Amino acid sequence: MTTDRIWVVIDHAGGKVAPLSLECLTKARALASTVEGVTWGDGAACAAEAGAYGASALHTVGDLGGGLPGPAMAAAIAAQIAAGNTPNAILIPHNYDGRDIAARLSVKIDRPVLTNVIGLEDREGLVTEHSIFGGSQMLTARFTDGGPGIFVVRAKSFPAQDGGGTSATVDAWVVPDLGATNGAVIGARQTEEREGPRLDEAAVVVSGGRGLGDAGNYELIENLARLLHGAAGASRAIVDAGWVSYSHQVGQTGKTVKPTVYIAVGISGATQHLTGMKGAKNIVAINKDKEAPIFSVADLGIVGDLHDILPKLINAIEERRTAAGN
Amino acid sequence: MNVVVCVKQIPDPASPGKFLPGTHNLARDKDLVLDDSDSYGVEMGLQLAEAAGGGEVTLVSMAPHGETSGIRTALAMGVDKAILVSDDTLAGSDALATAKVLAAAIRRAKPDLIIAGTESTDGYTGTLPVQVAEVLGLPSVSFAKKVSVADGQLTVHRQTEAGYDEVTVPLPAVITVTAGVVEPRYPSFKGIMAARKRPVERLTIADLGIDETTVGTAGARQETVSVAATETRKAGEVVVDEGDSHYKILAFLEAIKVI
Repeated sequence: MTTDRIWVVIDHAGGKVAPLSLECLTKARALASTVEGVTWGDGAACAAEAGAYGASALHTVGDLGGGLPGPAMAAAIAAQIAAGNTPNAILIPHNYDGRDIAARLSVKIDRPVLTNVIGLEDREGLVTEHSIFGGSQMLTARFTDGGPGIFVVRAKSFPAQDGGGTSATVDAWVVPDLGATNGAVIGARQTEEREGPRLDEAAVVVSGGRGLGDAGNYELIENLARLLHGAAGASRAIVDAGWVSYSHQVGQTGKTVKPTVYIAVGISGATQHLTGMKGAKNIVAINKDKEAPIFSVADLGIVGDLHDILPKLINAIEERRTAAGN
Repeated sequence: MNVVVCVKQIPDPASPGKFLPGTHNLARDKDLVLDDSDSYGVEMGLQLAEAAGGGEVTLVSMAPHGETSGIRTALAMGVDKAILVSDDTLAGSDALATAKVLAAAIRRAKPDLIIAGTESTDGYTGTLPVQVAEVLGLPSVSFAKKVSVADGQLTVHRQTEAGYDEVTVPLPAVITVTAGVVEPRYPSFKGIMAARKRPVERLTIADLGIDETTVGTAGARQETVSVAATETRKAGEVVVDEGDSHYKILAFLEAIKVI
């Protein structure tokens, strides 16, 4: 089966297409001659960017009226497919809204879903790659029957490259009656103040784990991250313990990061964590247990007490800055 | 308010994952434990039922060989009863088939609220709860980090990239909760003893009126093509701190031009 038509779900905020959707578009245009975007809200605001990265058309389901994207997006896409307008594949970002869309669409068109996709190739039909068992194994999968494949793609699996395409044409897709499924309504949107770069875009990520001892010591992680103009991350263990919010989590169930350097502090390196950070260019680990699995992936591993080492490291960087006059 | 909490019994995450011999299905055949990330949903279910003035909390789970060890852990936290779907034909089911099975089981408990984790710790597909919502024709709010209930409506703080959204949703509804939202209670000795007597209703797919050709490996419409070891990252220098390793880190950061 040839792959000639791919739809990409275009997530966006503030008139900018989400990096993960740009990554999906870049991959889609390498695989198929026709790439179209599907989005919600003001399609026109995203048309130039979506077009540049490969979408010839951008279909929008329009204003969500305070609802979440899942029900309307899934119902509108399913209605197109039911009417005979069918792609070979639908690429959906693996993020909060993307998984909702994929899940509802899956039921609507009665098709299974492949999630956690980190590789996608056409070998007489699309095959996907999935990192399993903490990244030690690569699993290759495919759908076994016809019909559009629903692929939920993890961040940073493919590069995003501007293809120089012209602006996508914009049209509206009709949303069928959603009934009770659209009952959730967004009231206020709260922004949590975070200084510095985003976790998944930062060149430097400093993450803390259970070895910090208690929640108050996370400040050390934030201080070091700030000094290095980086972002502060966390292992699942301390997110589960309620020390920091879920938005800090790096790993299988959290963010995938690929910074220039990842500094893991008091993190043992459970497979769940390694999956999210082993793509870093350089890894530095500090842990008091010399058997910690994190040392098997670290370029520089320090076996020692983070409560001694971190304050000294922070001081040393500050002194160096002062000496250099900046 | 009646609450259903979907829980998964998984192989102990502390031991390395493996496949059943001759298959690419995860070995989930014995020694299962309650998925830790489900303990938050159980705690949330107990708290919300109480806040709403009472009602039954029911676990719904699907597992091979009538496995109940993980369910007992959750029952010991104070859950009233459980529904377990166990059927040999279910082995190898994809998430959509599983969602249809669980939705059929959930219907029997007539819940006002259905709670699940955001994704399981063993398979982490992450679509099942919202697939259940769609099968049942219900609204859903995923990634809830704070939940309260009043007047037949939930108010949820839903995690977003930038912070969180305050979302309201009328009941019945499905929510998925992130870890860390509540502090799961430890089962007391009394709770553990009581859990042994709490009812576990055991169902097959025939009981649920589901056609066996639509589930399990037979009904799956996706397959694993291959599994191969990936290139492993080489370990670098590991040194024991002797009071000066912060300079080693500094030199490393300078060498890679981060500072």
